[in-house]
Amino acid sequence: MNKVLKELKSSFLTALWILVLTFPIMIIKVNTIDATVRWRWANIPTVFFFTYIFSFIWRRLLFLREKKGKESLRLILIDSLLMGIAPILTIVAVSLINSKSPEYKVLSWILQAVVYTGVIILHSILIKDVKSEKTEEIQERKPKFDFRETLGKKTVKRPLLALLAVAVVAYPFVSGLYHVGIMTSALMFIILGLGLNIVIGYGGLLHLGYAAFYAVGAYNYGLLYMYWGVPFWGALPLGAVSGLICGLIIGIPVLRLRGDYLAIVTLAFGEIVRLLLENLAGFTKGPEGIAQIPRPGFIMKLNLQNASIYLYFIVFALMLLTIFVIKRIEDSRIGRSLEAMRDDEIAAQSMGIDLTKAKLITFALGAIWAGLVGVILAGKTTYINPGSFTLMESVMILVAVVLGGMGSVPGVILGALLVTLIPEYLRFLSDYRMLMFGVALVVMSIFRPQGIIPRVRKHYTVGRESA
Amino acid sequence: MSRTILNIEDFSMIFGGLRAVDHVSMHIDEGEIVALIGPNGAGKTTLFNCVTGVYKPSEGTISVSSADSHTTRTNGMKPNKITELGLARTFQNIRLFSTMTALENVMIGRHPKLKAGVVGAILRDRRTKNEERQVIEDSLSILGKLGLEKYANEPASSLPYGAQRLLEIARAMATEPQLLLLDEPAAGMNPQETRHLDETIKRIRDEEGITILLIEHDMSLVMSLSERIYVLDYGKMIAEGSPEVVKANPAVVKAYLGE
Repeated sequence: MNKVLKELKSSFLTALWILVLTFPIMIIKVNTIDATVRWRWANIPTVFFFTYIFSFIWRRLLFLREKKGKESLRLILIDSLLMGIAPILTIVAVSLINSKSPEYKVLSWILQAVVYTGVIILHSILIKDVKSEKTEEIQERKPKFDFRETLGKKTVKRPLLALLAVAVVAYPFVSGLYHVGIMTSALMFIILGLGLNIVIGYGGLLHLGYAAFYAVGAYNYGLLYMYWGVPFWGALPLGAVSGLICGLIIGIPVLRLRGDYLAIVTLAFGEIVRLLLENLAGFTKGPEGIAQIPRPGFIMKLNLQNASIYLYFIVFALMLLTIFVIKRIEDSRIGRSLEAMRDDEIAAQSMGIDLTKAKLITFALGAIWAGLVGVILAGKTTYINPGSFTLMESVMILVAVVLGGMGSVPGVILGALLVTLIPEYLRFLSDYRMLMFGVALVVMSIFRPQGIIPRVRKHYTVGRESA
Repeated sequence: MSRTILNIEDFSMIFGGLRAVDHVSMHIDEGEIVALIGPNGAGKTTLFNCVTGVYKPSEGTISVSSADSHTTRTNGMKPNKITELGLARTFQNIRLFSTMTALENVMIGRHPKLKAGVVGAILRDRRTKNEERQVIEDSLSILGKLGLEKYANEPASSLPYGAQRLLEIARAMATEPQLLLLDEPAAGMNPQETRHLDETIKRIRDEEGITILLIEHDMSLVMSLSERIYVLDYGKMIAEGSPEVVKANPAVVKAYLGE
């Protein structure tokens, strides 16, 4: 009983504290035109109970973190379902308050009272639950259903892959132009994420200026077309080359840096490239950007519909190439040396790894992909300007990598899809996009720092090649 | 007389106003097991770091001779170049690649012996494939020599402490060194593990023909293993010789026990 009281007290205090903190914005409303102040006392219980619930859920999550995977997931789901009902009912109650009719106002108060009493009762039940679980010995149970193992089976894997292939091919023909465009952007983002993953996930070098390579690729095509009329297919390989060269250019001065210092220098590099593009107006047309860059043509010029579908397949093929190359590098002498450098630079050097070479390889291999995707961006949107390559772009790619799982190819793919598709399809949340990613990253770093799909290390066996 | 692998002449290392190692000369001959002992802060690890290229020596000459008796002055060379000359080391505070498996750690040690580059990795031609198969086999056999094969696919950080120390030795052995420098290999080991280490080090020397220089505080291990002992105190070499000679040296006793 003592413990229940303690839990209740700490939730209560947190709620009170947040109530005081948010008092000026949640309770007082100043009407600047009439110069009047409206006191919205009805918000007090709402704020109080929302915080109360969330502080409890938070502490419960912290407790569950110590439990073994599957079990904790189940408990979290049940908890959030139970606790989720309360806020929803509260929102209903609050919206009823806003209507003028007095009967509804009474109804709303009753509803709120019911919700809050319910939550408190539920709360004390859950706390008892926590108490009894703590005394229980945590036993390791083998989960009945191993997701990875099931996926790895050939009988499951092959039909799934076939299904995926059919879906990928059919997608542009069954969905509209708008959706094809979004999916193409998402695929491009996957390639960017995989490229940055080489630098951050394998090399362990925090790079905050990745969008600069992206910009270099895009301007590579834009400028080559503007001055010499170079077509898409001519610019694509040159995009990779210019990315590579830029990777080496940024790689050389930062050879001695790591950690925060490296992050600052790469951040500056990203901004320098953008500012150069903006200010070399005579050469790059400055902030006005380069317009009317042609879409890639297939023998002849395509109409918008077909060009979009064509581009979708180009990007998809490029993504497959990226995955193939990165997987091969990951499982090779070069990939291992990058990871060794990430884990311990001094030890890696003592094992005969040339750090200079390893770092340059990291930057160059990472930059190539951004260069390629840059060319595609120019070909997709037909218009580029420096405003598309801000720090925000670099940060979003970084978020995709960290969220999905550093060093893990499936993780980065999922991360990139989440980061691009969620804001696209949940437009009404667009104002809160950054807030959501911020919260997601904080929660991830506490509960699952290795990312949504963490890296699985290869299992070696003697004699035969293992998958 | 056998070949001198490592020769240090009149070497000093100065950090600001501190002479961490002061005019030290020593040499390691092929096939020896040599110990470097001394109280804490005597400059033993500093000497190791200079020999392996982590620090750049302030004064003096450090030279390494290769199997064909070609001698190279290694002052200021990068650690990876020194490793290629056949010097490999372990670290006092374990420095394994903690996210990688035990086997992958050893495979990293094979790095300087391999050739595959980026293009080879992507195309995975026959040569690269063979090389990769070879490195897995070699690494497994090195793990086997140290009794670590059961940990091959475990993350290095999850190994028991003693096994992590052995894994560091395995990783160093993978570079096929002529001289292995062990920095306190028995630190934190229990007596049983230390006995096992004693046998292992002897076996590495006898079977693999690798010369060994070790820093160690466990005197029973030092006395049982080493054929020659150097004693450092406050950066100065105060004694040199066989275990019996060093044990009887009054300067050594004074350094360890005080007046």
